[in-house]
Amino acid sequence: MLVSYNWLKKYVDLGNVTPEELAAKITKSGIEVEGVEYVSEQSTDVVVGYVASCEKHPDADKLNLCQVDVGEEKLQIICGAPNVAQGQKVAVAKPGAVLPGNFKIKKVKLRGIESNGMICSLKELGIEEKYIPTDIADGIFVFPEDATVGEPVDELLNLNDAVLELDVLANRADALSMLGVAYEVAAILDQPVKLPDEAVAVEESESVNNYISVEVEAIDLNPYYGAFVIKDVEIKPSPLWMRNHLMAAGIRPINNVVDITNYVLLEYGQPLHAFDYDKFASEKIVVRRAKNDETITTLDGQERTLTDENLVITNGKEPVALAGVMGGLDTEVTAETTNVLLEAAYFDAITVRKTVKQTGLRSESSTRFEKGVDPNRVKKAGIRACLLLQQYAGGKVVAGAAEFDELERTEKVVEIDTTHINNRLGTEMTTVDIASTLKRLQFDYKQDADQFTVHVPTRRGDITLFEDMLEEVARIYGYDNLPFTLPGGTGQSGGITERQQLKRRVKNFIQGAGLMENLTYSLTNEQDVKRLISPEVANVTTAPVALAMPMSEDHKYLRLSILPELLQVLSYNRARSQVNLGYYEMGSIFISAENELTTQPDEQLRLSGALTGTWSEQAWQQEKKEVDFYVVKGIVEGLFDYLQIPVTFSQTKLANMHPGRCALVEIENKTVGFLGQLHPTLQKELDLKETYVFDLNLEEVFTSYHAVPAYTQIPKYPSIARDIAFILDNDVNGGDVKQVIEEIGAPLVNRVEIFDLYQGDNLEDGKKSIAYSLLYQHPEKTLKDEEVEESYQKIITAVNEKFKAYVRS
Amino acid sequence: MKEQLEALQAEALQSIATTETIRDLQDIKVAYLGKKGSLTGVLRGMGKLSKEERPVVGEIANHVRTAITTALEEKTEKLEQAELEKQLEEETIDVTLPGRPVKVGGPHLLTSIVQEIEDLFIGMGYEVREGPEVETDYFNFEALNLPKNHPARDMQDSFYITNELLLRTHTSPVQARTMQEYNGEKPFKMICPGKVYRRDTDDATHSHQFTQIEGLYVDKNVRMSDLKGTLDKFAKKMFGEDREIRLRPSFFPFTEPSVEMDISCKVCDGKGCSVCKSTGWIEILGGGMVHPKVLEMGGYDPEVYSGFAFGMGPERIAMLKYGVNDIRHFYANDIRFLKQYHKA
Repeated sequence: MLVSYNWLKKYVDLGNVTPEELAAKITKSGIEVEGVEYVSEQSTDVVVGYVASCEKHPDADKLNLCQVDVGEEKLQIICGAPNVAQGQKVAVAKPGAVLPGNFKIKKVKLRGIESNGMICSLKELGIEEKYIPTDIADGIFVFPEDATVGEPVDELLNLNDAVLELDVLANRADALSMLGVAYEVAAILDQPVKLPDEAVAVEESESVNNYISVEVEAIDLNPYYGAFVIKDVEIKPSPLWMRNHLMAAGIRPINNVVDITNYVLLEYGQPLHAFDYDKFASEKIVVRRAKNDETITTLDGQERTLTDENLVITNGKEPVALAGVMGGLDTEVTAETTNVLLEAAYFDAITVRKTVKQTGLRSESSTRFEKGVDPNRVKKAGIRACLLLQQYAGGKVVAGAAEFDELERTEKVVEIDTTHINNRLGTEMTTVDIASTLKRLQFDYKQDADQFTVHVPTRRGDITLFEDMLEEVARIYGYDNLPFTLPGGTGQSGGITERQQLKRRVKNFIQGAGLMENLTYSLTNEQDVKRLISPEVANVTTAPVALAMPMSEDHKYLRLSILPELLQVLSYNRARSQVNLGYYEMGSIFISAENELTTQPDEQLRLSGALTGTWSEQAWQQEKKEVDFYVVKGIVEGLFDYLQIPVTFSQTKLANMHPGRCALVEIENKTVGFLGQLHPTLQKELDLKETYVFDLNLEEVFTSYHAVPAYTQIPKYPSIARDIAFILDNDVNGGDVKQVIEEIGAPLVNRVEIFDLYQGDNLEDGKKSIAYSLLYQHPEKTLKDEEVEESYQKIITAVNEKFKAYVRS
Repeated sequence: MKEQLEALQAEALQSIATTETIRDLQDIKVAYLGKKGSLTGVLRGMGKLSKEERPVVGEIANHVRTAITTALEEKTEKLEQAELEKQLEEETIDVTLPGRPVKVGGPHLLTSIVQEIEDLFIGMGYEVREGPEVETDYFNFEALNLPKNHPARDMQDSFYITNELLLRTHTSPVQARTMQEYNGEKPFKMICPGKVYRRDTDDATHSHQFTQIEGLYVDKNVRMSDLKGTLDKFAKKMFGEDREIRLRPSFFPFTEPSVEMDISCKVCDGKGCSVCKSTGWIEILGGGMVHPKVLEMGGYDPEVYSGFAFGMGPERIAMLKYGVNDIRHFYANDIRFLKQYHKA
């Protein structure tokens, strides 16, 4: 809502409060003022001039040579505007004047003839182009005849006015009108409100009933409809002050009839609509739901196809207006209009909102209906418009209004009391303080000791409860005056849950391992939502969860894996020459087994990582090392080791993964994720070098996690280390051999590590050697050499039998 | 014999003093104290002495042995020390060469901010709660006093999946879920961080996905001044003890009265600058007293219980605190951006 400071002064005495001070006060009391803009920058030496003569420039077809009387002198001015003419009163920038944009006016010669100043257009005077009436968009501005020659134009054209831009939230529909803002400002400044004149002299000899009747079929959507008839109007520009107010409020003046409906719309917050009575082609207004596929051509020239969700005004036969949204082209007020049919009605907010959404026609009118208008101001606005039409369009107002009226207008009653208010606010207000607040708000009330029965005016439809009144009292009292207190305890101890702690720990570990945290979007595209889904997720997913109305193809589905987004991040960074990257993200994926979602999807917490490029840089004391499978596996193993959860890995083949370098991650034979290298084809598609990923289901990991275990005795007895190297066929997995060693060696073998892998010289083709180091230790005794030797031999025999492996000597 | 011993001692000490290697010391030890050593030789002659002389000479002999042993030990230690020092000197390295690099990862800036806020409120007795990102229309809107067709639903145009399910537009549904879980009986303080989604086109100040932290306190006799005091503590801890806060009336369907909280602009210290649009204040968060309908739907009797709630955007806080100028930075994950803040 744009509020003109000068216009506001008509209703409230603003004293010496400047526009900026006023803005700050309004903001602090509840309606945020987003800015204060002046209609125009300061200009000097621009006055009203009288064009005494106007002839063609002898040497230029498009220029006019004018003699302009500016009071104390006559100036010869050359003017290029097509609409300049003798007898006009115009805005003249005298030599030495400075126009907005620091445009200095000097004496010049144009085609050999001296020009001493400039006749100005509104644009040149700094008014925004979009508010300038279209008929003078390319020309100079012409003042009404009563303008005084020599008078500065600033005030005449309201150029010095300040416009406050109010950000009116959904609850304060009342502030979408000058009167509403006036009540607000009056409460802030503790001033009375001067209401506009509604005393119209009607043509008693005629009754509106002879012209029009009103019938409402959709009562729930249109509880009040009032129609007025104004005869013999003369279409012309509206008075300058009205045009000035409209332009300041961001509305382009058109003609007096349209301007008056807009003016009253802004003044009362009540949208009005003017039909050309003679084009209405009926003496009956019927308001009803539109029929499906019925059409109307709206004022903007568009033909619109309607449904029974829309409310229409008809002439009994066909729609003439889309109720509360836009009028029809056929009944539009034009320069030829002489008789006006004026509508002042109350339309259902939801219906208007639906129609706006359906047609995309949001206007000053629809916005107000959508947020709710004051039921007590509907008819008054109509009467006010009648008065203005009489004053400024020479209209004769026919007596009475044709009405349908089932509108509820009673005021809400809210009980408040001083103690309750102080208890909720933490204040120590007195009963007198509260009474004075209510007076400032101009709310009627009855007082019984510290009890108030407040009658809330209908303009404040947002106030229905004690808490609503609490806010009114608090904001007028001033939020600044509330004390600072701290609440007591609740008996509950704050903190984070075990799961939240685990999440933090996992992040800390992964970060400690060198990975940087990422946050990516949950919504993804059709291709990525199908990629790199962990097999245990794919097994329980029917279809990805899709948005009903996505904004773009890029953000259409809820992700089933974090990895595709992470890979996009790697690509993004690579494209910016950032090639050595280790990233992880912890976040939810969204799993549903339903084709059509009826319940919330399962939100599963996962931990995914993606690494590419150099893992350790070459330096004087170390060789450069690229990320490889075992770097990623090491991080994952490290995490499980940290959480003390036994984990195993098994070779697997997955779509989009390197067929020979991919493993499932398993806890007790249950898949909880995977890791490995991306398939080179996908790497190429994403413009990535060798890239390794991991993806873990943290829900399963957390389920397997046990808080700190009970104490186990630290071994007191000495350990014995034994190394052993096996020669194995190439296709035997070193991990499988390790498992056999652990099984056979138990319980004496405490730990088995692989410490060497050898392939090449001195070995047969197709063979490899893997070396294991075994640690023997018994919790309760010192092991004897014979015991160790016996176990050692058993292991060799078992490995030999199972893998046809033999000991490398 | 006494003279003989004293001469022996003098001779031994002399040679110990002039010896420069540990090996030579060993030889000296053998030469004097060994089985065939000089001192042993002299002592062998003790048998010839009279009964009276024997203890006297014996005592002298012991003194001589102790003196030589001590001298040997001291000299050995001295030489060993010198040897060690020499060895260490040879082990000198170039300390200006770089160390072995450690791979450094770190948290995302938003995670750091969220955790900082979490920890701050945990200190004030709040628990941290979470809720689903795909919400029901009931919890996202209706339970928060936003019935179907409420105009304020426009304020947060949503990503619906079905008519009843949508991506949550705020973390407020966790309020409703918590109240329901606590059965309308238990007073509590909680905050809930999380991802939220709105139909916004991504640009410098909008993101279709962003994070929010919501706080809620429900108890008997919760006052609006408690909200003001709590937010003041938060603002001072988060932005500096010298910051002032102010509350302005605002509107949210789930609170009444509602507030918007501003902090005094850190850039100009409240004098007015381009960052605060010359107002001296910067908008940080919204909040208010829990709307009685929300309490009621959560099972709390609004006649008995009251509460306050507030919600803030960690992106905005990070942008203000660290001068980040484009919200898209948080989701682009440019390594050069993340590295600037991984210690935040």
